[in-house]
Amino acid sequence: MIRYVAGLLSGILLGVFAAATLLYLNPLASRNPLSPLSVTNNEILSVGYSAVPTDSIVYTNDGESRIKPHPEKVRELWEAPIRRSEVLVTVVTDSRNNPAGIGIKFSSDSEKSRVINGEALVDSAWHIHLVERGSLFVEQTENHWNFLRQIVLPAYWSSANHWKGLWNGNMTVGPGALGTAAVSGGTGEFAGLESEAVEAINASAYSVSQGPVAMDGRLTIDVTGDVELTAVDVTER
Amino acid sequence: MLKTLIFGFLLGIVGTVAAAWYVPVVDQYRESSIISVAPNGGNTESFRINIPTDRIMMGAPMQAEPLPPGLRWPTEELFDGVRVELFKVRNTRETVIGIASRMVADSDAIEDSVEWVLHLPARGTFYVTMPAQPADDVRRVGSLRAGTREFRPMQGEVSERWVPNTDDDDPEAPDGHIEIVTSFVGTFSDDMTETALTEGAL
Repeated sequence: MIRYVAGLLSGILLGVFAAATLLYLNPLASRNPLSPLSVTNNEILSVGYSAVPTDSIVYTNDGESRIKPHPEKVRELWEAPIRRSEVLVTVVTDSRNNPAGIGIKFSSDSEKSRVINGEALVDSAWHIHLVERGSLFVEQTENHWNFLRQIVLPAYWSSANHWKGLWNGNMTVGPGALGTAAVSGGTGEFAGLESEAVEAINASAYSVSQGPVAMDGRLTIDVTGDVELTAVDVTER
Repeated sequence: MLKTLIFGFLLGIVGTVAAAWYVPVVDQYRESSIISVAPNGGNTESFRINIPTDRIMMGAPMQAEPLPPGLRWPTEELFDGVRVELFKVRNTRETVIGIASRMVADSDAIEDSVEWVLHLPARGTFYVTMPAQPADDVRRVGSLRAGTREFRPMQGEVSERWVPNTDDDDPEAPDGHIEIVTSFVGTFSDDMTETALTEGAL
């Protein structure tokens, strides 16, 4: 009898392991399709930022996550309704990496996340003010599955608790039908703008203890017909 | 024995796949919304921000005591006219339900403005722009520019006002609070309704 119970338990463990491996290696979930904005002829505004929390003006989360809030004494988001959220306040740059404004990114884990579909979804919103130009609001759903699978897990498995390499990926998967974010202009030259955007991440180092060590983000925003581009924007094209 | 092992193996696979399908990875904590119906249609909701306890950050040039301590505001002249604040947002029961940013831009090139983004993780986010000057010396009124999830099919107005604390007996009481009142009406175009239904907002 004990032999059969042991056999059953061993089988279940093997099955769980096999299923987890299958989910992890699922080739259908690892697609990183080309952004529609990278092949468009439309006019593009490019906004960059450092995704390393210690480079930011303020970064805060629940205070118990792997990535520590910055500066150290910033208030943490420990209350139950905001515990699964984080906020990043950072300087955003133009395509030549010159400071251009301030960006605030709100991110919350999405209830639509489904491991079986390779979806580690995050609902996020950018509040961006480009000095002397105006403000924008960018709403998006991001999928962090590839980032977790190709950077975070390998960092945990590494004996040095560190990942180094070169990783580029589009994080935006919605709400637009083509996997684009929704952009709404607020003030200045962006007033009335309704458009699309894509956020991409470029990572080269990640640490288990600190989180991102060398990582940049870039928002590519379609401003066709609504916004007069500056010389820097045109250079980006 | 081998049959038992194979049965367990299949059971393990099916169980894991079923768990991955049915068990939610994320379950955001929800507070009941406190919304009232306005007499002229639509609905209103009040939010409050206790000052200074709910202020997470105040970014402005040349602050004697930056908040949070250790904050380094960019030193470039470019940012002299920008002021950014970050808050926790409460409902009228004084429970924290979200986070908000308030951005004030003072510039010669564009019209001065006050902007709010309220991010309520279980419900959605909305973006409001207001003129720099209050409408009646007390209340600043702006319009909803964009919303996500629950707020996507909405249009309407949002007001902000500073309410000082008048209770001198309680030494623990905040200095006052910022009151944000939304007045939204749903826009039921076919596209909007379909989107909202898909997203479970209606």
